Amino acid sequence: MSRLVVGAHYGVKDWLAQRITAVLMAIYTLVIFAAVLAGATSSHDAWRGFMAHGVVRFVTFLFIISLGYHAWVGVRDIWMDYIKPTSIRILLHVLTLLVLIGYAGWAIQIIWRL
Amino acid sequence: MTTPLAMRTFHFKIYRYDPDKDAKPYMQDISVVCDPMDKKLLDAMVKLKAKDDSLSFRRSCREGVCGSDAMNINGKNGLACLTDLAAFPEGKPIVLRPLPGLPVVRDLIVDMTQFFKQYLSIKPYLVNDDNLPERERLQSPEDREELNGLYECIMCACCTTACPSFWWNPDKFVGPAGLLAAYRFIADTRDQATNERLDNLEDPYRLFRCHTIMNCVDVCPKGLNPTKAIGKIKEMLVQRAV
Ligand code: SF4
Ligand code: SF4
Ligand code: FES
Repeated sequence: MSRLVVGAHYGVKDWLAQRITAVLMAIYTLVIFAAVLAGATSSHDAWRGFMAHGVVRFVTFLFIISLGYHAWVGVRDIWMDYIKPTSIRILLHVLTLLVLIGYAGWAIQIIWRL
Repeated sequence: MTTPLAMRTFHFKIYRYDPDKDAKPYMQDISVVCDPMDKKLLDAMVKLKAKDDSLSFRRSCREGVCGSDAMNINGKNGLACLTDLAAFPEGKPIVLRPLPGLPVVRDLIVDMTQFFKQYLSIKPYLVNDDNLPERERLQSPEDREELNGLYECIMCACCTTACPSFWWNPDKFVGPAGLLAAYRFIADTRDQATNERLDNLEDPYRLFRCHTIMNCVDVCPKGLNPTKAIGKIKEMLVQRAV
């Protein structure tokens, strides 16, 4: 009989983080939507200027971090549900983290280049 | 006035598997004539059993109390003794399978060990270290009210075996029935182990494998709502953490 190993105490933290990041992303989406309606995308220069604004940069940065964290919890959940061998799971967790961190860094670089 | 159920032939497709004899499970076609006295699916099954006594299934109380005749009826988990025969459409066979996600012992009988292990893992008993009272531990009517919708569970496993999260992680995820029971004791004002109980559920598997799919609510023959109980536990875990 194999021993049951459960009891890592981060379940509630991740669950909460997933909800909070979802709310942040929803608000960001609404803000961008409103900006588009208000003509922020009327020309390439206008769009660029909008995205380069300090406040917009700040919230876009938060959005990217939220997206990354949210995706991390979600994708990890999938591995937890379907992948049983610990070694493969660790590998997939690490790959997921690397990809997400890479994406976040790349996205941030793009915003700050504007 | 309701018209009595006339004599009616019911056709069945039943999952059969006897590990001593059969290499593989197969679906058996069989039918039985029921009279107006046969009201529930279980009545028809008892007649089926008289016709083919190799058919195996559990049942006992035949009134939705013992929880032993849970099975998969036309794709949905339920109790045979609470399922109306009259509601089955004519011309289509009634498909019976064992509860999904648990090992089959024989035919419609499944091995419930894993289900009860999860139930026991939440310590389904009152923990109270105070001196024993003279007669009983009293509760106010309002406190007692909180246990409604929780204590009625008959441990039939319809919910847990309908839950995809339990299918994937039966050893780690407590499952809706166990979590409903967990909340039954968390909600009990006479219980003193709330913190330990929450500790026991805080990891990413025990409770948080629940993705609010609500299959459990959909199938519970007693009309209970494990998802709501799970939500309440989550609420308490969050309250405790922030
Ligand atoms: S709500 Fe949760 S416990 Fe109920 S079936 Fe869905 S995942 Fe399972
Ligand atoms: S909650 Fe409902 S479906 Fe689940 S074990 Fe209890 S009575 Fe059965
Ligand atoms: S026979 Fe007891 S619940 Fe159906």
